[in-house]
Amino acid sequence: MKVKKVKADPKGVLTGAHYMDGDYALAEGGLAAGCRFFAGYPITPSTETAERFSARIPTVGGVFIQMEDELGSIAALIGASWGGKKPMTVTSGPGFSLMMENIGLACMQETPLVIANVQRGGPSTGLPTLTGQQDMMQAKFGSHGDYEIIALSPDSPQECFDLTIEAFNLAETYRVPVFIMTDECVGHMHEKVVIPPAEEIEIVERRWYTGPKDEYLPYQREEDGVPPMIKAGDGYRMHTTGLTHDKHGYPVINAECQRENVTDIIEKIRGNADKIIKLEEKDVDDAEIVVISYGITSRVAVRAVQKARKAGIKIGTLRMVTCWPFPEKRIRQLSKKIKAFVVPEINYGQMVREVQRNSVDRCKVVSAPHCGGWVHDPEDIFQAIKEASK
Amino acid sequence: MTKKAKAEAENPQEEYLRMDRIPHIWCPGCGIGTVVTSFNEALKKNKEDLDKVAVVSGIGCTGRVAGYVKLDSFHTTHGRAVPFATGLKLANPELKVVVFSGDGDIFGIGGNHFIHAARRNMDLVIICVNNFNYAMTGGQVAATTPTDANASTAPYGNFEYPFSIPYLADACGATYVARWTALHLRRVTKSIQEALNHRGLSVIEVITPCVTLYARRNRLGDGLNLLKYYHDKSEIAHGADTRTLGIGYQDKLIVGKFVHKEKPTFLDAMNEHLGTVLGDDYQLYGRINNDKD
Repeated sequence: MKVKKVKADPKGVLTGAHYMDGDYALAEGGLAAGCRFFAGYPITPSTETAERFSARIPTVGGVFIQMEDELGSIAALIGASWGGKKPMTVTSGPGFSLMMENIGLACMQETPLVIANVQRGGPSTGLPTLTGQQDMMQAKFGSHGDYEIIALSPDSPQECFDLTIEAFNLAETYRVPVFIMTDECVGHMHEKVVIPPAEEIEIVERRWYTGPKDEYLPYQREEDGVPPMIKAGDGYRMHTTGLTHDKHGYPVINAECQRENVTDIIEKIRGNADKIIKLEEKDVDDAEIVVISYGITSRVAVRAVQKARKAGIKIGTLRMVTCWPFPEKRIRQLSKKIKAFVVPEINYGQMVREVQRNSVDRCKVVSAPHCGGWVHDPEDIFQAIKEASK
Repeated sequence: MTKKAKAEAENPQEEYLRMDRIPHIWCPGCGIGTVVTSFNEALKKNKEDLDKVAVVSGIGCTGRVAGYVKLDSFHTTHGRAVPFATGLKLANPELKVVVFSGDGDIFGIGGNHFIHAARRNMDLVIICVNNFNYAMTGGQVAATTPTDANASTAPYGNFEYPFSIPYLADACGATYVARWTALHLRRVTKSIQEALNHRGLSVIEVITPCVTLYARRNRLGDGLNLLKYYHDKSEIAHGADTRTLGIGYQDKLIVGKFVHKEKPTFLDAMNEHLGTVLGDDYQLYGRINNDKD
């Protein structure tokens, strides 16, 4: 794989220990990762990230633009990425919905970009100021057609910083939109955030094409399935489209090209899933019950897990740092040896469907839903664990 | 030149077109190709560095232009060519970014982006081919369809009021506004040349024949009949008050250059303002000498 790693540009890195909220940490992570283009539209509870960018980016040699809507934001991001910048935006449910069509364009044109979704309660306007984890399926399936994206879920302001850098690195490695699926709780939570010195931050550079100019084909893939990129103005006079296209980037409207095109954009992620997926496991080796969670819910679940252990239940935890691609393989493995999964999440049961799908009937899967507006009462998760252990 | 030699002669537009994509998909009698020819002529006459001009199109018949011009070219989504171009321009300000799309794309579904790009005086050239209907999908009524004209979704005639593109562009803050028809090839070329040299948001509306749909449904004849209409009913009125430029069904067409003024672009204003407020803390962004002005 021709992925080139460099040290972060110190200009964007606010080295030191800070007391900041998740929204600000998203912005600092982006700046540290080399994001120099931010386009966004204000939406609660994500606005602070845009505010932070607007204040900080002029001092590090980047550009901030407040767009007319989220349709404009995402379109500007794709344009900026092809202009050679690492772009980012931030939004919440309603804005995320508006972005869906062009997320498909970004997948189709294989454009690296990062979108943070500070989730709130939905559907519709829902709970603008209160938390939710209700866009998890939309992140994967919200745009029409078949495609793959990457989604990460931080559980703290520190991780908002760390995972934003990771998100940019994954976006550049796989030429794909990467989502940071955080929520109002983490976004507005103030905690200690330690930003390391620039030389300790590893950044993945764009996969610039380096071969002969006249042999460049926009969608000619390398061994890992990802094509190298150029930027507009480099003299390649290239073309790209949202239509089904061949390796020249030219539209070809037939089933055969469709099969190749769709397979390519899906398999470059599925084929590299083992390298992409990050999980945090605790006490799963001898566990009979495993609690699967992500984001803020994994912190709330700790109390329930402690209580369950005291009650003599053999319990472990699996935190999905990466939610998409879904850790199918690991869930299948565990489903063969445990009694039950318990899946608390702040929605009516979304990621639990993936857990069910990958466990089939090998083990019990207990959903612990929460409609949003607040985090779970740990007691509710404990009750789900108790039910699972029966 | 013999017939054979003529057939084998190099197309004078070869340098500017993706010849491996020709023939194009446009109907006989369509005006889009002539606007592309004018665009290529303008590039040639301006001696533009072709590596530094990018074309962004949306969806529709004119949206296909990006697939034929031999430049960095982006075929995007319906209505979003302007914000895509905004991102591209801001990311790489040394580019001259041209939005080449249709009336439905830019002023129908993409209207909100247009008015804000104009408000910001974003440094883009917008070439809007106006054929009075949604042609790619079969001739539906559009935001530009003249009142009383027939369309496939206005089978009893259009009773809505159409946009006047130059009036809208002027009102929103565009700093170069012109309107021509597909008959005014040299003038279209000249306007595109001026727009490429203009710093700020330029809008060039080109009224073009849609023979297959708009003309057929309204029994207006073929391409030649439409060109004759443009010939007979066009009145050149440079500097005309943009409030007077509405287009009635088969009525007169006021054409010309209506607005050409200087105003700081988004990037100029950003650099100027943030430079003043932040002083040495500000990193000048993307200011390059692209020999404009």
